[in-house]
Amino acid sequence: MTTVTGNRDPKTWNMSTSLPLMFSLVYGAELADMADERDDIVVLTADLKTSNRTSDFAQRHPDRFFDVGIAEQNMMSMAAGMAASGLIPYASTFASFAGLLCAEHLRTDMAYPAMPVRVLAHHAGISFGFYGTSHHATEDIAITRAMAGMTVVAPCDSNATRALLRATVDTPGPVYFRLGRGRERDVYTAPPKVEHGRFVTVREGCDATVIASGIAVSAAFQAADLLQDQGIDLRVLDAMFLKPLDVDAILAASRETGAILTVEEHNVLGGLGGAVAEILAEGGLSVRFARHGINDEYALIAPPTHLWRHYGLDGEGIKRRVEELLA
Amino acid sequence: MPDTILERSRPATADELKWRADWIRLKTIELVAVAGSGHYTSVFSCAELFAALYYRELRLAPHDPTWPDRDRFLLGKGHAAIGLYPVLADLGYFPAEWLETYSRLGSPLGDHPDMRKVPGIDFSSGSIGHNLSVGVGMALAARVQRRDYRTFVMTGDAELNEGQVWEAAMAASHFRLGNLVAIIDRNQMGLDGYTENVMAVEPIAGKWEAFGWRVMSIEGHDVTAICEAFDSLPATDSEQPTCIVALTRKGAGVSFMDLALDWHLGFLGPVDREDAEVEITQRMAGYESRIKEFAS
Repeated sequence: MTTVTGNRDPKTWNMSTSLPLMFSLVYGAELADMADERDDIVVLTADLKTSNRTSDFAQRHPDRFFDVGIAEQNMMSMAAGMAASGLIPYASTFASFAGLLCAEHLRTDMAYPAMPVRVLAHHAGISFGFYGTSHHATEDIAITRAMAGMTVVAPCDSNATRALLRATVDTPGPVYFRLGRGRERDVYTAPPKVEHGRFVTVREGCDATVIASGIAVSAAFQAADLLQDQGIDLRVLDAMFLKPLDVDAILAASRETGAILTVEEHNVLGGLGGAVAEILAEGGLSVRFARHGINDEYALIAPPTHLWRHYGLDGEGIKRRVEELLA
Repeated sequence: MPDTILERSRPATADELKWRADWIRLKTIELVAVAGSGHYTSVFSCAELFAALYYRELRLAPHDPTWPDRDRFLLGKGHAAIGLYPVLADLGYFPAEWLETYSRLGSPLGDHPDMRKVPGIDFSSGSIGHNLSVGVGMALAARVQRRDYRTFVMTGDAELNEGQVWEAAMAASHFRLGNLVAIIDRNQMGLDGYTENVMAVEPIAGKWEAFGWRVMSIEGHDVTAICEAFDSLPATDSEQPTCIVALTRKGAGVSFMDLALDWHLGFLGPVDREDAEVEITQRMAGYESRIKEFAS
């Protein structure tokens, strides 16, 4: 801690001093609860136990916590070896390293041999802000969903994180958790009911549908409120499962609302938008459709909130894209 | 508990293990003939190590391949799996008929081993440099679960070029894994030639020592030296991992392939194949006569 008084300036992005602001990084504590009930859960991180709050787990289960230092590839293969020995390892690091640096380890050591490792990839998308592209991950959905046998989920808040951790603990094969930086405001007031491969309808609507992932769920909710004033009734789907994808919900949204906007903190190529486009095209449905996200570019330097606003990943930005889609 | 357990340090004479190593070479030649191409020489360098591991050292339960207390063997140099398949079939992990399907459409047996298809393979491999990390995970899992199995990981010498090996080496000594053994098949060559010309790996022993490992350098074609090294392994609840640097020769056992630059991957024509098989079987006959003499 670098603060003397203990008062946290909400403007800070310092990972240590702003920990109390990172209220949605709850998996360290949740896994500690789960590990109270079963002895096969272990947690690994790569010199990030403070940043990702796996320290909450380490304090309660020090004998089942392994900090491997800055050696992410080693961590992923180690986790696979633990899974092959009957454990359920949760391996956590920044999404830029989990999904990109370690892509081949996820494929070869987890997905191919069907190892039940859970990869907790935090600070996904452009949430690292001014740390720059080395620390951004706008390709990891595309990479992980192309791996046969990989389940890909994206909890949008603390309650979805808790719900998905518990719902997937015994899922066969690996699960890639795409997580934010921890400041995501709660969308759900309690852990939502999770059905494998199903989106959650967080807002009913009949004029258009936003299928959103991660931080975009909360922003889509704000957009829905703004559009309500214009008489546009927006459906909002939380794409908490990116693989398997909820084909039924996509087709229903297409039929029932006639317009679909996907929103993701990811390149529009190969991610949620690409996945939904595949379903719509194969379904032969005529629907107004657009992909909203990072448009095949590397993000500018800015604080995270500024970046989200700049790339239209906030309520106003999504509202504008829905208006364009319906125009 | 499985019905039959093969315990550690089973009785096996040097001649029996030498015979077995050459049998592995012979079987490898047969399997490559099915595929039309294969890594003969990468198996030949570690044939004695395979023989000593599977016919003497490892605690195994071939009829219960996932028995949690078995010793693990990971083949980091996965391209040598062709030498392991005949051994696993012989020990009863799967029917010997599978060998005839090697590399054919839908076969469980490919160039690199797949743990989901081949009973007895403790982890899939093929991407060089991963398996020591996997072994660190298995050795740590033994600690968490309070089991006394030992994890062996065989890596190639050129595999030491991979950075991840050293991440794993660092982690193994940090986590005090006395239940982990790395075996370096120091066969002197990678695909492009001698390691010391392509990307030097020496001093190997010094590097592992610097990473906190207990290091033994042995003559890797000497079955007696291999067995002595295994006999001197520390207890599994000890705190320092062991690295066995096995000095071997890529292609050892067939004179025209021994340290031959163009034999990393290859295919023996009929004349060469016969020459190789005659050389091996003549040696095996010598071991057989001594084994019989000893038995009578």
